[in-house]
Amino acid sequence: MKDLSVSFCRMKFKNPVTCASGTFGSGIEYSEFVDLDGLGAITTKGVSVDAWEGNPTPRVAETPSGMMNAIGLQNPGADVFIKRDLAFLKKHDVPVIVNVCGHSTEEYVKAVKLLSEREEIALLEINVSCPNVKEGGIAFGTDPKSLFEITKAVKKVSKKPVIMKLSPNVTDIALMARSAEEGGADAISLINTFTAMKIDIYKKSFVLANRTGGLSGPAIHPIAVRMVYEASKAVSIPVIGMGGIACAADAIEMMMAGAVMVAVGMMNFHEPSLMTDIIKDIEAWMDETGTEKISDIIGCMH
Amino acid sequence: MKKCRARIVSKKELCEGIFDIRLRTEIAKDAKAGQFVLVFPNDPSRLLGRPLCICEADGDELRIVFRISGLGTKEISGISEDEEIMIEGPLGNGWNIKAAAGKEVLLLCGGIGAPALLQLAKKLGSQKGKEGGPKNVKAVLGYRNAPMNTFLAGDFENAGAEVVIASDDGSVGIKGNVIEAAGEKDIDCDVIFACGPMPMLKAVKSFADRKGIPAYISLEERMACGVGACLGCVVKTAAKDAHSHVNNARICTEGPVFEASEVIL
Ligand SMILES: Cc1cc2nc3c(=O)[nH]c(=O)nc-3n(C[C@H](O)[C@H](O)[C@H](O)COP(=O)(O)OP(=O)(O)OC[C@H]3O[C@@H](n4cnc5c(N)ncnc54)[C@H](O)[C@@H]3O)c2cc1C
Ligand SMILES: Cc1cc2nc3c(=O)[nH]c(=O)nc-3n(C[C@H](O)[C@H](O)[C@H](O)COP(=O)(O)O)c2cc1C
Ligand code: FES
Repeated sequence: MKDLSVSFCRMKFKNPVTCASGTFGSGIEYSEFVDLDGLGAITTKGVSVDAWEGNPTPRVAETPSGMMNAIGLQNPGADVFIKRDLAFLKKHDVPVIVNVCGHSTEEYVKAVKLLSEREEIALLEINVSCPNVKEGGIAFGTDPKSLFEITKAVKKVSKKPVIMKLSPNVTDIALMARSAEEGGADAISLINTFTAMKIDIYKKSFVLANRTGGLSGPAIHPIAVRMVYEASKAVSIPVIGMGGIACAADAIEMMMAGAVMVAVGMMNFHEPSLMTDIIKDIEAWMDETGTEKISDIIGCMH
Repeated sequence: MKKCRARIVSKKELCEGIFDIRLRTEIAKDAKAGQFVLVFPNDPSRLLGRPLCICEADGDELRIVFRISGLGTKEISGISEDEEIMIEGPLGNGWNIKAAAGKEVLLLCGGIGAPALLQLAKKLGSQKGKEGGPKNVKAVLGYRNAPMNTFLAGDFENAGAEVVIASDDGSVGIKGNVIEAAGEKDIDCDVIFACGPMPMLKAVKSFADRKGIPAYISLEERMACGVGACLGCVVKTAAKDAHSHVNNARICTEGPVFEASEVIL
């Protein structure tokens, strides 16, 4: 038996593979396709204190080897999330990472306070990088000082380890990683989506109602690898790497670049059982290359 | 609900740009009228499944009828008999067949909306006059013009529906839209099932509202996951939706069929 386990924020995970927030619902939606207990962790859709409506439609568009989305963080609010989604996940034997969003520091703090009381949650991931909401979101994730402040504020109230989720829409990702670390973050995750635009040249209109949306998928994978490499080199806290992971090779590459865990995003839409296949194929690659422990490859390119 | 390979049993072009493909797949046996499948292009740069209605499901055979409207459907239309394609399904809720019990049923099919209603017509046809079945089934099929070849009209007739044809330019059947045609023919009904372009569905909604009868409509929206995970495909709802807790329901999961009064178009 190969050892696929990794340790992340002083917790042990049976393997390094989780889903990227917003691409797997809360697991319920894909439970007919995937044995949830086989995953390293489940990362849930962003949740805020109160319910959010999200953006008008069209909210999604296909792009070459990827897609754009402008969902706008629609979610039922923390109370419903706890009663329904967390209650469902509690019956499973898989660590839960809850992704948190807010419009203001107060909202983030309130949500973190509420959620960090829940014993069924392993880690909190703070989304300060959503390009699709007007206030909050990305505004916190593109300025190093704001990122430092928001990290400090949520760390002060959180009883769980905090992962800050970084935006790729910056010139210096290493600087952002360091700001999160200095603010007290226990870990960082990256990348969120790239702000992008698509125009219908016949209708002379924007394809997404929100005009801009976040680009993700295999099209962005090499950029994600570069950013994970730069960010993980800049800090000593662990990293969850994501961006266009479509197969075990992409996941392994991300780990070699410096990620301790990896998240699969929009490719779940293409292949609902993809995470299960990736875990199996990582093991096959370990056999093939004589790698005993997957944790040995983390950051081997540094 | 599964994703698997399906073999092309037959392919026909019903009229220019509209294709009729029969697939052999285990998904067929679980499929209900009004549900849909995601059909995945083989081109690896096109990653999202194309939502297409289940036009017919019989044993292990599934029929889809679709119009080429972009590069994905163009690619799918180019597939040959005996080749394979990946599909995922069955997805969505399907028609509320119980709502037809004892009723004068009117099916309103606008253009490429017709495939969404054929399996329902077959089901209702087989139950007509029986306990729990409809009293009668009429279908108005609307086309843009005569070259559209009144595709699927014969299938609705074979299913036991009384068929009325309408066309925008009057080149075939009654000139006008499906609601005008139903009016001209004095069709009386006490429940409507409809699928077609958005202007037509809006008209159906207000028509049913005026008549005070229920109308079930099948909606379209851009989709990414098809299973309720991404929240890409929502429609505004009159009441707070039980899943979202805001006035948004997922077309892929709570739909694609909605009672017209539930949604804001
Ligand atoms: C539940 C449902 C059932 C449908 N059933 C049928 C059917 O039985 N027959 C039929 O001809 N068409 C049907 N459609 C519309 C069909 O899905 C689109 O025509 C098709 O996805 C276009 O793909 P494309 O690659 O050719 O176009 P492109 O414009 O190249 O597609 C780009 C992206 O936009 C999406 N897209 C484009 N147009 C639509 C649309 N109208 N609705 C949803 N997504 C769209 C595509 O899926 C793809 O992700 C249905 C749509 C839905 C939502
Ligand atoms: C439909 C969709 C919804 C998303 N929702 C969220 C979200 O709620 N919170 C968040 O932090 N990231 C969200 N993301 C970003 C992903 O978690 C991930 O960072 C990004 O998509 C890159 O990974 P990928 O290329 O594998 O998709 C979303 C992405 C998509 C495609
Ligand atoms: S397509 Fe993802 S929720 Fe409907």
